[in-house]
Amino acid sequence: MVHWSAEEKQLITSLWSKVNVEECGAEALARLLIVYPWTQRFFDNFGNLSSPTAILGNPKVRAHGKKVLTSFGEAVKNLDNLKATYSKLSELHCEKLHVDPENFRLLGDILIIVLAAHFAKDFTPACQATWQKLVGVVAHALAYKYH
Amino acid sequence: MTLTQAEKAAVIAIWAKVATQADAIGAESLERLFCSYPQTKTYFPHFDLSQGSAQLRGHGSKVMNAIGEAVKHIDDIRGALAKLSELHAYILRVDPVNFKLLSHCILCSVAARYPSDFTPEVHAAWDKFLSSVSSVLTEKYR
Repeated sequence: MVHWSAEEKQLITSLWSKVNVEECGAEALARLLIVYPWTQRFFDNFGNLSSPTAILGNPKVRAHGKKVLTSFGEAVKNLDNLKATYSKLSELHCEKLHVDPENFRLLGDILIIVLAAHFAKDFTPACQATWQKLVGVVAHALAYKYH
Repeated sequence: MTLTQAEKAAVIAIWAKVATQADAIGAESLERLFCSYPQTKTYFPHFDLSQGSAQLRGHGSKVMNAIGEAVKHIDDIRGALAKLSELHAYILRVDPVNFKLLSHCILCSVAARYPSDFTPEVHAAWDKFLSSVSSVLTEKYR
């Protein structure tokens, strides 16, 4: 089980309370699809992903980004129980979606960059370190059911 | 991986802004690296790594200068960084995985300081550019 210090929990929850889940989620997913275009292959049915402009304006991308980050919010609420929290999602990604776990790490790092852009000076190195730990354990929890 | 003309233009445009705060951004990037990935401190046992240390600033400066050289010679990064490539291969032997980590921290520092300039297209161009730089620095490893 992952250990979180009081300071880490504080850094996570205080930043999270200021995150606009819909906006950040949409931006993070759009950036993933733009910066790492091969990830688009998981979203064949999303319609027009032909350019950064198309991706940024794509309503399915926005909706899915929101879904993904909302789920991330569950992690924030269940820091001491991440494996259980992501158990079903892990099975889904493994057995149905077949997403290589490396992509969870890529999306985690993209989220970090989105947070850096939004929170600027407030996203201090210490804050980033805590959030890198969080995205890492979320990625691990999502990959847990892979076999 | 090669950069398109548009990507080169994006890299150069942002660099013009980054260069004005290169030292600070370099130091911040290293600080982020050591905070998030403490294992990277292994390459700096001789450094004072506390926030604001002169050595941190000095080394951050060095790193950003090298990146500046790569930007200036964006059509021949290999040529521009040939000596650094040998240094990393034969003397420093920095594990290749660390270039990704430092690149990520540089992107965080740039995004934090220039959020409105750091559009997804610019982000993609810089990610590719730093990947190219990292490739050049590790290509003589074996």
